[in-house]
Amino acid sequence: MKLITAVIRPFKLEAVREALTEAGVSGLTVTEVKGYGRQKGHTELYRGAEYVVDLLPKIKIETVVSDRQLETALEAIQQAARTDKVGDGKIFVCAIEQVLRIRTGEIGDDAL
Amino acid sequence: MSGAQVKTAALGKRPLPFLLALAGVIAALLLAQSSHAQTPAMPMPNKGDTAWMMMSTALVLLMSVPALGLFYGGLVRTKNMLSVLMQVFVVFSLITVLWCVYGYSVAFTQGNAFFGGFSRLFLNGTFNPADGSFALAGTFSKGTPLYELVFVAFQATFAAITCCLILGSIVERVKFSAVLIFVVIWFTFSYLPIAHMVWYFAGPDAYTDASKSDAVNATAGYLWRMGALDFAGGTVVHINAGVAGLIGAFLLGKRIGYGREALKPHSLTMTMIGASLVWFGWFGFNAGSALEANGSAALAFLNTYLATACAVLAWTSAEWILKGKPSMLGAASGAVAGLVAITPAAGNVGIPGAFAIGALAGLICLWGVTGLKRLIKADDSLDVFGVHALGGISGALLTGIFNAPSLGGPGSVQDWVTMTMGYPGIAAQLFIQAKAVGITIVWTAVVALIAYKIADLLVGLRVTEEEEREGLDISSHGESAYDY
Repeated sequence: MKLITAVIRPFKLEAVREALTEAGVSGLTVTEVKGYGRQKGHTELYRGAEYVVDLLPKIKIETVVSDRQLETALEAIQQAARTDKVGDGKIFVCAIEQVLRIRTGEIGDDAL
Repeated sequence: MSGAQVKTAALGKRPLPFLLALAGVIAALLLAQSSHAQTPAMPMPNKGDTAWMMMSTALVLLMSVPALGLFYGGLVRTKNMLSVLMQVFVVFSLITVLWCVYGYSVAFTQGNAFFGGFSRLFLNGTFNPADGSFALAGTFSKGTPLYELVFVAFQATFAAITCCLILGSIVERVKFSAVLIFVVIWFTFSYLPIAHMVWYFAGPDAYTDASKSDAVNATAGYLWRMGALDFAGGTVVHINAGVAGLIGAFLLGKRIGYGREALKPHSLTMTMIGASLVWFGWFGFNAGSALEANGSAALAFLNTYLATACAVLAWTSAEWILKGKPSMLGAASGAVAGLVAITPAAGNVGIPGAFAIGALAGLICLWGVTGLKRLIKADDSLDVFGVHALGGISGALLTGIFNAPSLGGPGSVQDWVTMTMGYPGIAAQLFIQAKAVGITIVWTAVVALIAYKIADLLVGLRVTEEEEREGLDISSHGESAYDY
Protein backbone atom coordinates (compact mmCIF):
# COMPACT_ATOMS: atom_id res chain seq x y z
CA MET A 1 0.00 0.00 0.00
CA LYS A 2 1.10 3.53 -0.73
CA LEU A 3 0.26 6.96 0.73
CA ILE A 4 -0.14 9.57 -1.97
CA THR A 5 0.25 13.18 -0.79
CA ALA A 6 -0.44 15.76 -3.47
CA VAL A 7 -0.16 19.54 -3.11
CA ILE A 8 -2.28 21.15 -5.80
CA ARG A 9 -3.84 24.43 -6.86
CA PRO A 10 -6.99 25.05 -4.80
CA PHE A 11 -9.28 25.44 -7.81
CA LYS A 12 -8.16 22.01 -9.13
CA LEU A 13 -9.55 20.11 -6.15
CA GLU A 14 -12.86 19.22 -7.77
CA ALA A 15 -11.20 17.96 -10.98
CA VAL A 16 -8.72 15.85 -9.04
CA ARG A 17 -11.43 14.38 -6.84
CA GLU A 18 -13.48 13.35 -9.88
CA ALA A 19 -10.47 11.84 -11.61
CA LEU A 20 -9.56 9.82 -8.51
CA THR A 21 -13.12 8.54 -8.18
CA GLU A 22 -13.03 7.37 -11.81
CA ALA A 23 -9.68 5.67 -11.09
CA GLY A 24 -11.39 3.67 -8.34
CA VAL A 25 -9.94 5.51 -5.34
CA SER A 26 -12.62 5.48 -2.68
CA GLY A 27 -11.43 7.92 -0.04
CA LEU A 28 -9.63 11.22 0.31
CA THR A 29 -8.47 13.63 3.02
CA VAL A 30 -8.20 17.32 2.11
CA THR A 31 -6.34 20.06 4.00
CA GLU A 32 -6.00 23.77 3.22
CA VAL A 33 -2.32 24.61 3.44
CA LYS A 34 0.12 27.41 2.64
CA GLY A 35 3.57 27.01 1.22
CA TYR A 36 6.06 27.97 -1.41
CA GLY A 37 8.14 26.33 -4.11
CA ARG A 38 9.34 27.61 -7.44
CA GLN A 39 6.24 29.72 -7.90
CA LYS A 40 7.01 33.16 -6.52
CA GLY A 41 4.55 34.90 -4.17
CA HIS A 42 2.91 38.24 -4.84
CA THR A 43 2.98 41.71 -3.33
CA GLU A 44 0.04 43.33 -1.59
CA LEU A 45 -0.29 47.08 -1.24
CA TYR A 46 -2.27 48.70 1.59
CA ARG A 47 -2.11 52.47 1.10
CA GLY A 48 1.61 53.20 1.62
CA ALA A 49 2.54 49.77 3.01
CA GLU A 50 3.73 47.06 0.63
CA TYR A 51 3.96 43.47 1.83
CA VAL A 52 5.43 40.48 -0.01
CA VAL A 53 3.25 37.43 0.45
CA ASP A 54 5.40 34.39 -0.31
CA LEU A 55 3.34 31.66 1.33
CA LEU A 56 0.62 30.86 -1.17
CA PRO A 57 -2.59 29.00 -0.46
CA LYS A 58 -2.66 25.41 -1.75
CA ILE A 59 -4.71 22.28 -1.18
CA LYS A 60 -3.09 19.14 0.20
CA ILE A 61 -4.85 15.86 -0.57
CA GLU A 62 -3.91 12.56 1.03
CA THR A 63 -5.08 9.12 0.01
CA VAL A 64 -3.87 5.56 0.52
CA VAL A 65 -4.10 3.15 -2.41
CA SER A 66 -3.15 -0.47 -3.07
CA ASP A 67 0.11 -1.06 -4.94
CA ARG A 68 -1.71 -2.07 -8.14
CA GLN A 69 -3.82 1.13 -8.09
CA LEU A 70 -0.81 3.42 -7.67
CA GLU A 71 0.07 4.13 -11.32
CA THR A 72 -3.54 4.85 -12.34
CA ALA A 73 -4.04 7.14 -9.34
CA LEU A 74 -0.84 9.11 -9.95
CA GLU A 75 -1.76 9.48 -13.62
CA ALA A 76 -5.25 10.69 -12.69
CA ILE A 77 -3.99 13.32 -10.25
CA GLN A 78 -1.31 14.59 -12.60
CA GLN A 79 -3.64 14.95 -15.57
CA ALA A 80 -6.39 16.61 -13.57
CA ALA A 81 -4.19 19.04 -11.61
CA ARG A 82 -2.08 20.19 -14.49
CA THR A 83 -2.13 23.70 -16.04
CA ASP A 84 1.44 23.61 -17.45
CA LYS A 85 2.35 26.71 -15.42
CA VAL A 86 4.72 27.04 -12.47
CA GLY A 87 2.78 26.38 -9.28
CA ASP A 88 0.86 23.25 -10.29
CA GLY A 89 2.20 21.44 -7.21
CA LYS A 90 3.85 18.13 -6.39
CA ILE A 91 2.94 14.54 -5.60
CA PHE A 92 4.75 12.50 -2.95
CA VAL A 93 4.47 8.75 -2.53
CA CYS A 94 5.52 6.68 0.45
CA ALA A 95 4.99 3.16 1.65
CA ILE A 96 2.32 2.34 4.22
CA GLU A 97 2.86 -0.59 6.58
CA GLN A 98 -0.65 -1.22 7.72
CA VAL A 99 -4.22 0.07 7.42
CA LEU A 100 -7.06 -0.81 9.79
CA ARG A 101 -10.74 0.03 9.40
CA ILE A 102 -11.95 1.06 12.84
CA ARG A 103 -15.57 -0.11 12.47
CA THR A 104 -14.90 -3.69 11.29
CA GLY A 105 -11.30 -4.36 12.18
CA GLU A 106 -10.44 -5.26 8.56
CA ILE A 107 -6.78 -4.75 7.71
CA GLY A 108 -4.62 -4.27 4.58
CA ASP A 109 -6.16 -3.77 1.12
CA ASP A 110 -9.57 -4.78 2.48
CA ALA A 111 -9.58 -1.74 4.69
CA LEU A 112 -9.02 0.72 1.84
CA MET B 1 -60.22 87.04 9.66
CA SER B 2 -63.24 84.75 9.72
CA GLY B 3 -63.83 85.97 13.27
CA ALA B 4 -64.43 89.53 12.01
CA GLN B 5 -67.07 88.30 9.54
CA VAL B 6 -68.96 86.46 12.27
CA LYS B 7 -68.98 89.60 14.39
CA THR B 8 -70.39 91.81 11.63
CA ALA B 9 -73.08 89.34 10.71
CA ALA B 10 -74.27 88.99 14.30
CA LEU B 11 -74.55 92.73 14.84
CA GLY B 12 -76.18 93.41 11.46
CA LYS B 13 -79.24 91.21 12.14
CA ARG B 14 -80.08 92.92 15.45
CA PRO B 15 -81.11 89.61 17.06
CA LEU B 16 -82.39 88.86 20.58
CA PRO B 17 -80.45 90.45 23.45
CA PHE B 18 -79.20 87.03 24.48
CA LEU B 19 -77.63 86.45 21.08
CA LEU B 20 -76.34 90.00 21.03
CA ALA B 21 -74.63 89.48 24.35
CA LEU B 22 -73.18 86.17 23.14
CA ALA B 23 -71.92 87.79 19.97
CA GLY B 24 -70.38 90.56 22.01
CA VAL B 25 -68.50 88.09 24.15
CA ILE B 26 -67.25 86.24 21.06
CA ALA B 27 -66.23 89.50 19.45
CA ALA B 28 -64.40 90.59 22.56
CA LEU B 29 -62.59 87.29 22.69
CA LEU B 30 -61.68 87.48 19.02
CA LEU B 31 -60.49 91.06 19.35
CA ALA B 32 -58.42 90.13 22.35
CA GLN B 33 -56.91 87.29 20.39
CA SER B 34 -56.10 89.37 17.32
CA SER B 35 -54.53 92.17 19.35
CA HIS B 36 -52.43 89.54 21.11
CA ALA B 37 -51.27 88.24 17.74
CA GLN B 38 -50.11 91.68 16.71
CA THR B 39 -47.47 91.85 19.45
CA PRO B 40 -44.28 90.10 18.22
CA ALA B 41 -44.59 86.58 19.60
CA MET B 42 -41.65 84.30 20.29
CA PRO B 43 -41.18 82.22 17.10
CA MET B 44 -41.43 78.49 17.69
CA PRO B 45 -39.13 75.90 16.10
CA ASN B 46 -40.34 74.60 12.78
CA LYS B 47 -41.39 70.94 13.00
CA GLY B 48 -39.61 70.08 9.75
CA ASP B 49 -36.36 71.59 11.02
CA THR B 50 -36.74 69.81 14.33
CA ALA B 51 -37.34 66.43 12.68
CA TRP B 52 -34.43 66.91 10.28
CA MET B 53 -32.02 67.88 13.04
CA MET B 54 -32.94 64.95 15.28
CA MET B 55 -32.51 62.63 12.28
CA SER B 56 -29.15 64.23 11.47
CA THR B 57 -28.01 63.69 15.04
CA ALA B 58 -28.84 60.00 14.79
CA LEU B 59 -26.98 59.84 11.47
CA VAL B 60 -23.81 61.22 13.07
CA LEU B 61 -24.13 58.60 15.80
CA LEU B 62 -24.36 55.94 13.07
CA MET B 63 -21.22 57.24 11.36
CA SER B 64 -19.33 56.81 14.67
CA VAL B 65 -20.73 53.60 16.11
CA PRO B 66 -20.73 51.37 14.18
CA ALA B 67 -19.34 52.99 11.00
CA LEU B 68 -16.04 54.45 12.20
CA GLY B 69 -15.51 51.39 14.39
CA LEU B 70 -15.90 49.04 11.43
CA PHE B 71 -13.81 51.24 9.13
CA TYR B 72 -10.95 51.29 11.65
CA GLY B 73 -11.55 47.74 12.90
CA GLY B 74 -11.20 46.18 9.46
CA LEU B 75 -7.77 47.80 9.12
CA VAL B 76 -6.20 46.20 12.19
CA ARG B 77 -5.24 42.56 12.79
CA THR B 78 -7.82 40.08 14.08
CA LYS B 79 -6.24 40.06 17.55
CA ASN B 80 -6.98 43.78 18.00
CA MET B 81 -10.43 44.03 16.41
CA LEU B 82 -12.45 44.26 19.61
CA SER B 83 -10.04 46.72 21.19
CA VAL B 84 -10.71 49.15 18.35
CA LEU B 85 -14.48 48.66 18.57
CA MET B 86 -14.34 49.06 22.34
CA GLN B 87 -12.22 52.22 22.22
CA VAL B 88 -14.63 53.82 19.76
CA PHE B 89 -17.72 52.68 21.68
CA VAL B 90 -16.56 53.79 25.10
CA VAL B 91 -14.91 57.05 24.02
CA PHE B 92 -18.12 57.97 22.20
CA SER B 93 -20.16 57.31 25.34
CA LEU B 94 -17.70 59.05 27.66
CA ILE B 95 -17.61 62.24 25.59
CA THR B 96 -21.40 62.25 25.28
CA VAL B 97 -21.70 62.22 29.08
CA LEU B 98 -19.03 64.90 29.52
CA TRP B 99 -20.76 66.99 26.87
CA CYS B 100 -23.97 67.01 28.87
CA VAL B 101 -22.13 67.67 32.14
CA TYR B 102 -19.97 70.64 31.08
CA GLY B 103 -18.86 70.34 27.45
CA TYR B 104 -21.87 71.97 25.85
CA SER B 105 -21.77 74.85 28.28
CA VAL B 106 -18.07 75.52 27.77
CA ALA B 107 -18.35 75.32 23.97
CA PHE B 108 -21.66 77.02 23.25
CA THR B 109 -22.47 79.63 25.87
CA GLN B 110 -21.16 83.15 26.04
CA GLY B 111 -17.80 83.57 27.72
CA ASN B 112 -14.57 84.95 26.35
CA ALA B 113 -13.11 84.50 22.86
CA PHE B 114 -11.74 81.02 23.68
CA PHE B 115 -14.00 79.40 26.28
CA GLY B 116 -17.72 79.69 26.98
CA GLY B 117 -19.23 79.87 30.44
CA PHE B 118 -20.83 77.50 32.93
CA SER B 119 -24.47 78.61 32.68
CA ARG B 120 -25.54 75.34 31.04
CA LEU B 121 -23.77 72.87 33.36
CA PHE B 122 -25.75 69.60 33.34
CA LEU B 123 -27.82 71.28 30.58
CA ASN B 124 -29.33 73.49 33.25
CA GLY B 125 -32.09 75.68 31.81
CA THR B 126 -32.70 73.83 28.57
CA PHE B 127 -36.01 72.44 29.83
CA ASN B 128 -38.20 73.98 32.51
CA PRO B 129 -40.39 71.31 34.12
CA ALA B 130 -42.42 73.96 36.00
CA ASP B 131 -44.13 75.29 32.88
CA GLY B 132 -43.04 72.62 30.40
CA SER B 133 -41.15 75.15 28.30
CA PHE B 134 -38.03 74.46 26.26
CA ALA B 135 -35.11 76.83 25.73
CA LEU B 136 -34.47 77.77 22.11
CA ALA B 137 -31.17 78.09 20.26
CA GLY B 138 -30.43 80.24 17.24
CA THR B 139 -29.74 78.90 13.74
CA PHE B 140 -28.44 80.87 10.77
CA SER B 141 -31.76 82.53 9.86
CA LYS B 142 -33.63 85.18 11.78
CA GLY B 143 -36.72 84.07 13.67
CA THR B 144 -35.95 80.39 13.05
CA PRO B 145 -34.98 78.90 16.39
CA LEU B 146 -34.23 75.28 17.19
CA TYR B 147 -34.98 73.49 20.45
CA GLU B 148 -31.73 73.90 22.33
CA LEU B 149 -31.89 70.25 23.39
CA VAL B 150 -31.72 69.21 19.74
CA PHE B 151 -28.71 71.46 19.19
CA VAL B 152 -27.06 70.01 22.31
CA ALA B 153 -27.54 66.46 21.04
CA PHE B 154 -26.40 67.27 17.49
CA GLN B 155 -23.21 68.93 18.73
CA ALA B 156 -22.60 66.14 21.25
CA THR B 157 -22.18 63.66 18.42
CA PHE B 158 -19.58 65.95 16.82
CA ALA B 159 -17.49 66.16 19.96
CA ALA B 160 -17.75 62.41 20.46
CA ILE B 161 -16.79 61.36 16.93
CA THR B 162 -13.86 63.81 16.90
CA CYS B 163 -12.34 62.12 19.94
CA CYS B 164 -12.91 58.71 18.31
CA LEU B 165 -11.10 59.77 15.11
CA ILE B 166 -7.84 60.24 17.04
CA LEU B 167 -7.82 56.56 18.03
CA GLY B 168 -6.81 55.46 14.52
CA SER B 169 -3.28 56.77 15.08
CA ILE B 170 -2.61 54.85 18.28
CA VAL B 171 -4.47 51.53 17.91
CA GLU B 172 -2.93 48.08 18.40
CA ARG B 173 -0.63 49.23 21.23
CA VAL B 174 -2.28 51.91 23.36
CA LYS B 175 -3.45 51.13 26.88
CA PHE B 176 -7.23 51.42 27.29
CA SER B 177 -6.99 53.46 30.50
CA ALA B 178 -4.53 55.83 28.81
CA VAL B 179 -7.03 56.39 26.00
CA LEU B 180 -9.71 57.42 28.48
CA ILE B 181 -7.45 59.79 30.44
CA PHE B 182 -6.12 61.34 27.25
CA VAL B 183 -9.52 62.00 25.67
CA VAL B 184 -10.95 63.63 28.78
CA ILE B 185 -8.08 66.14 28.91
CA TRP B 186 -7.91 66.70 25.16
CA PHE B 187 -11.68 67.11 24.82
CA THR B 188 -11.75 69.69 27.61
CA PHE B 189 -8.79 71.79 26.53
CA SER B 190 -8.71 71.35 22.77
CA TYR B 191 -12.09 70.30 21.38
CA LEU B 192 -14.18 72.64 23.53
CA PRO B 193 -12.17 75.84 23.01
CA ILE B 194 -11.74 75.26 19.28
CA ALA B 195 -15.46 74.57 18.86
CA HIS B 196 -16.14 77.77 20.83
CA MET B 197 -13.62 79.79 18.82
CA VAL B 198 -14.96 78.63 15.45
CA TRP B 199 -18.68 78.22 15.99
CA TYR B 200 -19.95 80.25 18.94
CA PHE B 201 -21.86 83.42 18.11
CA ALA B 202 -24.95 84.97 19.65
CA GLY B 203 -27.21 83.97 16.73
CA PRO B 204 -28.77 86.07 13.97
CA ASP B 205 -31.62 87.35 16.15
CA ALA B 206 -29.13 89.11 18.44
CA TYR B 207 -28.23 91.49 15.60
CA THR B 208 -31.10 93.97 15.76
CA ASP B 209 -29.48 97.21 14.64
CA ALA B 210 -26.24 98.22 13.03
CA SER B 211 -25.02 100.33 15.93
CA LYS B 212 -24.92 97.28 18.20
CA SER B 213 -23.37 94.84 15.72
CA ASP B 214 -19.83 95.34 16.96
CA ALA B 215 -20.90 94.70 20.53
CA VAL B 216 -22.65 91.45 19.52
CA ASN B 217 -19.66 90.40 17.40
CA ALA B 218 -17.42 90.88 20.40
CA THR B 219 -19.25 88.09 22.24
CA ALA B 220 -18.47 85.50 19.51
CA GLY B 221 -15.59 83.04 19.38
CA TYR B 222 -12.14 84.17 18.28
CA LEU B 223 -12.09 82.55 14.84
CA TRP B 224 -15.75 83.32 14.14
CA ARG B 225 -15.01 87.02 14.69
CA MET B 226 -12.09 86.76 12.33
CA GLY B 227 -14.47 85.53 9.61
CA ALA B 228 -13.17 81.95 9.33
CA LEU B 229 -15.54 79.67 7.41
CA ASP B 230 -16.00 76.14 8.72
CA PHE B 231 -19.39 74.71 7.83
CA ALA B 232 -19.24 71.36 9.62
CA GLY B 233 -15.83 70.99 11.21
CA GLY B 234 -12.73 71.06 9.00
CA THR B 235 -10.79 72.77 11.76
CA VAL B 236 -12.87 71.80 14.80
CA VAL B 237 -13.14 68.11 13.91
CA HIS B 238 -10.62 66.93 11.35
CA ILE B 239 -7.51 69.07 11.75
CA ASN B 240 -8.05 69.03 15.49
CA ALA B 241 -8.23 65.21 15.62
CA GLY B 242 -5.69 64.50 12.87
CA VAL B 243 -2.89 66.49 14.49
CA ALA B 244 -3.67 65.07 17.95
CA GLY B 245 -3.45 61.61 16.39
CA LEU B 246 -0.04 62.25 14.85
CA ILE B 247 1.35 63.54 18.15
CA GLY B 248 0.09 60.31 19.72
CA ALA B 249 1.75 58.18 17.05
CA PHE B 250 5.08 59.92 17.76
CA LEU B 251 4.79 59.59 21.53
CA LEU B 252 3.64 55.96 21.56
CA GLY B 253 6.21 54.80 19.07
CA LYS B 254 5.80 52.20 16.37
CA ARG B 255 3.95 48.93 16.74
CA ILE B 256 6.15 45.89 17.28
CA GLY B 257 7.14 44.56 13.86
CA TYR B 258 6.37 47.82 12.04
CA GLY B 259 8.31 47.87 8.78
CA ARG B 260 9.41 44.24 9.21
CA GLU B 261 6.28 42.15 9.62
CA ALA B 262 3.10 42.35 7.57
CA LEU B 263 0.65 44.41 9.65
CA LYS B 264 -2.15 43.77 7.17
CA PRO B 265 -5.80 44.83 7.43
CA HIS B 266 -7.77 41.80 8.57
CA SER B 267 -11.03 42.60 6.80
CA LEU B 268 -11.34 45.14 4.05
CA THR B 269 -14.94 43.98 3.73
CA MET B 270 -15.68 45.55 7.11
CA THR B 271 -13.64 48.59 6.18
CA MET B 272 -15.78 48.99 3.06
CA ILE B 273 -19.01 48.62 5.05
CA GLY B 274 -17.69 51.15 7.57
CA ALA B 275 -16.65 53.66 4.90
CA SER B 276 -20.03 53.35 3.19
CA LEU B 277 -21.94 53.91 6.42
CA VAL B 278 -19.64 56.84 7.16
CA TRP B 279 -20.64 58.34 3.80
CA PHE B 280 -24.31 57.76 4.63
CA GLY B 281 -24.04 59.26 8.10
CA TRP B 282 -22.04 62.23 6.83
CA PHE B 283 -25.23 63.63 5.26
CA GLY B 284 -26.38 64.29 8.81
CA PHE B 285 -22.98 65.70 9.76
CA ASN B 286 -22.70 68.15 6.85
CA ALA B 287 -26.25 68.90 5.73
CA GLY B 288 -27.36 68.88 9.37
CA SER B 289 -24.81 71.62 10.06
CA ALA B 290 -27.13 74.02 8.23
CA LEU B 291 -29.26 73.61 11.41
CA GLU B 292 -32.39 73.92 9.26
CA ALA B 293 -33.99 71.91 6.48
CA ASN B 294 -33.42 74.66 3.93
CA GLY B 295 -31.48 75.56 0.78
CA SER B 296 -28.17 75.67 2.62
CA ALA B 297 -28.79 72.11 3.81
CA ALA B 298 -29.66 71.07 0.26
CA LEU B 299 -26.40 72.54 -1.03
CA ALA B 300 -24.40 70.86 1.72
CA PHE B 301 -26.20 67.57 1.01
CA LEU B 302 -25.41 67.54 -2.69
CA ASN B 303 -21.83 68.71 -2.16
CA THR B 304 -21.25 65.96 0.40
CA TYR B 305 -22.56 63.40 -2.06
CA LEU B 306 -20.70 64.69 -5.12
CA ALA B 307 -17.31 65.57 -3.63
CA THR B 308 -17.05 62.11 -2.13
CA ALA B 309 -17.70 60.41 -5.45
CA CYS B 310 -15.09 62.67 -7.08
CA ALA B 311 -12.55 61.76 -4.42
CA VAL B 312 -13.19 58.02 -4.87
CA LEU B 313 -12.55 58.35 -8.61
CA ALA B 314 -9.49 60.56 -8.14
CA TRP B 315 -7.84 58.28 -5.57
CA THR B 316 -8.67 55.13 -7.54
CA SER B 317 -7.40 56.53 -10.86
CA ALA B 318 -4.19 57.86 -9.35
CA GLU B 319 -3.53 54.59 -7.54
CA TRP B 320 -4.24 52.60 -10.69
CA ILE B 321 -1.80 54.72 -12.72
CA LEU B 322 0.94 55.00 -10.08
CA LYS B 323 0.78 51.63 -8.31
CA GLY B 324 -0.63 49.43 -11.05
CA LYS B 325 -3.87 48.31 -9.41
CA PRO B 326 -7.01 50.08 -8.18
CA SER B 327 -7.66 48.80 -4.64
CA MET B 328 -10.80 48.58 -2.51
CA LEU B 329 -8.92 50.14 0.40
CA GLY B 330 -7.98 52.99 -1.92
CA ALA B 331 -11.60 53.59 -2.93
CA ALA B 332 -12.76 53.52 0.69
CA SER B 333 -9.93 55.85 1.75
CA GLY B 334 -10.77 58.17 -1.14
CA ALA B 335 -14.36 58.37 0.07
CA VAL B 336 -13.28 59.37 3.57
CA ALA B 337 -10.76 61.90 2.18
CA GLY B 338 -13.47 63.51 0.08
CA LEU B 339 -15.89 63.62 3.01
CA VAL B 340 -13.29 65.22 5.25
CA ALA B 341 -12.34 67.88 2.70
CA ILE B 342 -15.93 68.83 1.83
CA THR B 343 -16.82 69.17 5.52
CA PRO B 344 -15.72 72.80 6.04
CA ALA B 345 -16.95 73.60 2.53
CA ALA B 346 -20.31 71.79 2.49
CA GLY B 347 -22.72 74.75 2.53
CA ASN B 348 -19.98 77.29 1.83
CA VAL B 349 -19.19 76.37 -1.78
CA GLY B 350 -21.19 75.75 -4.93
CA ILE B 351 -21.18 72.74 -7.24
CA PRO B 352 -17.87 73.72 -8.95
CA GLY B 353 -16.29 73.74 -5.49
CA ALA B 354 -17.57 70.24 -4.77
CA PHE B 355 -16.05 68.84 -7.99
CA ALA B 356 -12.70 70.52 -7.33
CA ILE B 357 -12.44 69.87 -3.60
CA GLY B 358 -13.41 66.22 -3.97
CA ALA B 359 -10.94 65.51 -6.76
CA LEU B 360 -8.08 67.40 -5.12
CA ALA B 361 -8.70 65.76 -1.74
CA GLY B 362 -8.45 62.30 -3.32
CA LEU B 363 -5.04 63.10 -4.79
CA ILE B 364 -3.67 65.05 -1.81
CA CYS B 365 -4.64 62.41 0.75
CA LEU B 366 -3.24 59.58 -1.42
CA TRP B 367 0.06 61.43 -1.18
CA GLY B 368 -0.60 61.92 2.54
CA VAL B 369 -0.70 58.17 3.20
CA THR B 370 2.24 57.34 0.89
CA GLY B 371 4.86 60.05 0.21
CA LEU B 372 4.15 62.25 3.22
CA LYS B 373 3.89 59.24 5.53
CA ARG B 374 7.38 58.11 4.54
CA LEU B 375 8.71 61.60 5.28
CA ILE B 376 7.07 61.77 8.70
CA LYS B 377 8.33 58.33 9.77
CA ALA B 378 5.69 57.87 12.47
CA ASP B 379 3.47 54.80 12.77
CA ASP B 380 0.22 56.73 12.32
CA SER B 381 -1.38 53.32 12.10
CA LEU B 382 -4.64 54.08 10.26
CA ASP B 383 -3.48 57.34 8.64
CA VAL B 384 -5.52 59.77 10.71
CA PHE B 385 -3.05 62.54 9.90
CA GLY B 386 -2.73 61.68 6.21
CA VAL B 387 -6.49 61.58 5.67
CA HIS B 388 -8.13 63.73 8.35
CA ALA B 389 -5.58 66.44 9.08
CA LEU B 390 -4.40 66.76 5.49
CA GLY B 391 -7.94 66.48 4.09
CA GLY B 392 -9.15 68.98 6.68
CA ILE B 393 -6.39 71.48 5.87
CA SER B 394 -7.01 71.14 2.12
CA GLY B 395 -10.75 71.51 2.61
CA ALA B 396 -10.42 74.51 4.92
CA LEU B 397 -8.14 76.37 2.51
CA LEU B 398 -10.14 75.44 -0.61
CA THR B 399 -13.31 76.60 1.16
CA GLY B 400 -11.78 80.07 1.27
CA ILE B 401 -11.28 79.97 -2.49
CA PHE B 402 -14.47 78.27 -3.70
CA ASN B 403 -16.67 80.35 -1.39
CA ALA B 404 -16.16 83.09 -3.99
CA PRO B 405 -19.37 83.93 -5.89
CA SER B 406 -17.23 84.15 -9.04
CA LEU B 407 -16.39 80.44 -8.55
CA GLY B 408 -20.00 79.45 -7.88
CA GLY B 409 -19.87 79.88 -4.10
CA PRO B 410 -22.53 81.54 -1.96
CA GLY B 411 -20.19 83.94 -0.13
CA SER B 412 -20.91 84.48 3.54
CA VAL B 413 -23.07 86.74 5.68
CA GLN B 414 -21.25 90.06 6.03
CA ASP B 415 -23.99 91.93 7.89
CA TRP B 416 -26.16 89.96 10.29
CA VAL B 417 -28.58 92.87 10.76
CA THR B 418 -29.65 92.92 7.12
CA MET B 419 -28.45 89.34 6.40
CA THR B 420 -26.40 90.67 3.48
CA MET B 421 -24.14 88.16 1.77
CA GLY B 422 -20.71 89.11 0.46
CA TYR B 423 -17.14 87.94 -0.05
CA PRO B 424 -13.97 89.73 0.95
CA GLY B 425 -11.90 88.47 -2.01
CA ILE B 426 -9.97 85.24 -2.59
CA ALA B 427 -6.68 86.40 -1.07
CA ALA B 428 -8.35 87.89 1.99
CA GLN B 429 -10.58 84.86 2.70
CA LEU B 430 -7.75 82.40 2.03
CA PHE B 431 -5.57 84.28 4.50
CA ILE B 432 -8.30 84.10 7.15
CA GLN B 433 -8.69 80.35 6.50
CA ALA B 434 -4.93 79.83 6.74
CA LYS B 435 -4.81 81.63 10.09
CA ALA B 436 -7.66 79.46 11.42
CA VAL B 437 -5.84 76.32 10.23
CA GLY B 438 -2.57 77.45 11.80
CA ILE B 439 -4.13 78.33 15.14
CA THR B 440 -5.96 74.99 15.26
CA ILE B 441 -2.81 72.98 14.46
CA VAL B 442 -0.73 74.68 17.14
CA TRP B 443 -3.48 74.62 19.76
CA THR B 444 -4.34 70.93 19.38
CA ALA B 445 -0.68 69.87 19.10
CA VAL B 446 0.23 71.55 22.39
CA VAL B 447 -2.84 70.27 24.24
CA ALA B 448 -2.39 66.76 22.84
CA LEU B 449 1.26 66.67 23.88
CA ILE B 450 0.40 67.65 27.45
CA ALA B 451 -2.59 65.29 27.59
CA TYR B 452 -0.52 62.28 26.44
CA LYS B 453 2.22 63.17 28.92
CA ILE B 454 -0.27 63.27 31.78
CA ALA B 455 -1.77 59.92 30.74
CA ASP B 456 1.77 58.52 30.47
CA LEU B 457 2.63 59.70 33.98
CA LEU B 458 -0.57 58.32 35.46
CA VAL B 459 -0.89 54.89 33.82
CA GLY B 460 1.64 54.64 30.96
CA LEU B 461 0.64 54.97 27.31
CA ARG B 462 1.55 51.52 25.98
CA VAL B 463 0.68 47.98 26.90
CA THR B 464 3.59 45.63 27.60
CA GLU B 465 5.38 43.93 24.72
CA GLU B 466 3.89 40.60 25.73
CA GLU B 467 0.36 42.04 25.77
CA GLU B 468 0.90 43.67 22.41
CA ARG B 469 2.05 40.39 20.86
CA GLU B 470 -0.89 38.53 22.32
CA GLY B 471 -3.27 41.18 21.03
CA LEU B 472 -5.28 43.75 22.92
CA ASP B 473 -8.55 41.82 22.60
CA ILE B 474 -7.37 39.12 24.99
CA SER B 475 -4.89 41.13 27.04
CA SER B 476 -6.96 44.30 27.57
CA HIS B 477 -10.54 43.09 27.24
CA GLY B 478 -10.47 39.34 27.94
CA GLU B 479 -12.33 38.28 24.79
CA SER B 480 -11.64 37.53 21.16
CA ALA B 481 -13.41 38.78 18.06
CA TYR B 482 -13.51 35.56 16.09
CA ASP B 483 -13.94 31.92 17.06
CA TYR B 484 -12.25 29.95 14.31
